[in-house]
Amino acid sequence: MTVRVQREDFDVGAELEGLTRGNTGIGGVASFLGLVRDMAGGEPIRSMTLEHYPGMTERQLAAIEAEARQRWPLDACLIIHRYGRLEPGDRIVFVATASAHRAAALEACEFLIDWLKTRAPFWKFEETPQGGRWVEAREEDDVAAARWGTRDGEPDGLDP
Amino acid sequence: METANAVQKPIKLLYFAWLRSRIGLAEEEVVLPAEVRDVASLIAWMKGRGPAYAKALENEAVVKVAVNQEFARADHPLRPGDEIALFPPVTGG
Repeated sequence: MTVRVQREDFDVGAELEGLTRGNTGIGGVASFLGLVRDMAGGEPIRSMTLEHYPGMTERQLAAIEAEARQRWPLDACLIIHRYGRLEPGDRIVFVATASAHRAAALEACEFLIDWLKTRAPFWKFEETPQGGRWVEAREEDDVAAARWGTRDGEPDGLDP
Repeated sequence: METANAVQKPIKLLYFAWLRSRIGLAEEEVVLPAEVRDVASLIAWMKGRGPAYAKALENEAVVKVAVNQEFARADHPLRPGDEIALFPPVTGG
């Protein structure tokens, strides 16, 4: 039920705690935490700067979350995505889902990160000792997102 | 007073990631010529606006378009006042 796009870091423990507080019907929480790796394509990474499209980002993340809630019986859901300059080891993205039973939480969490990677308007710029470069989209990410199908009424071929 | 040649409302164009750096602008407002009615004709028209545009848009397979903050296909119609964003395939997460 919550989508946050922010420059600041976040506290994973506090976020998980907040997700389930006051709802004792929740039996399981699944989460995914994405971090900046120190290597890419065999080269060391000094920093990664994330650019996004303010307005569309929040809108797309909210739509992805709504889709997950329609597909699985979730009691709570959280997406946090950072932007700006990050360094190896820094947290980039956090997705957490809570449900009465584990299957819904685990599946919805995987769905959210797969769709987020192909539909949320973020772009990564890496700095290596050889200079800076924009990260290219990976076909594996498209394949991972496609296995969840499309939104109801969404025309084929709209896959971003 | 309205006339037949009344100034048309512009569209807002936004560019992100390497499209922004290649075009050299983050955003601009333009009044579309009458022949530009959808996303495909917009891209074709933009390629003729100068070498930076032609170069940035040469490989259309890696140019994604959003109209009013929703992903749009080539046949998506355009209207004055629209916010149209051009960007490479997304790489978040």
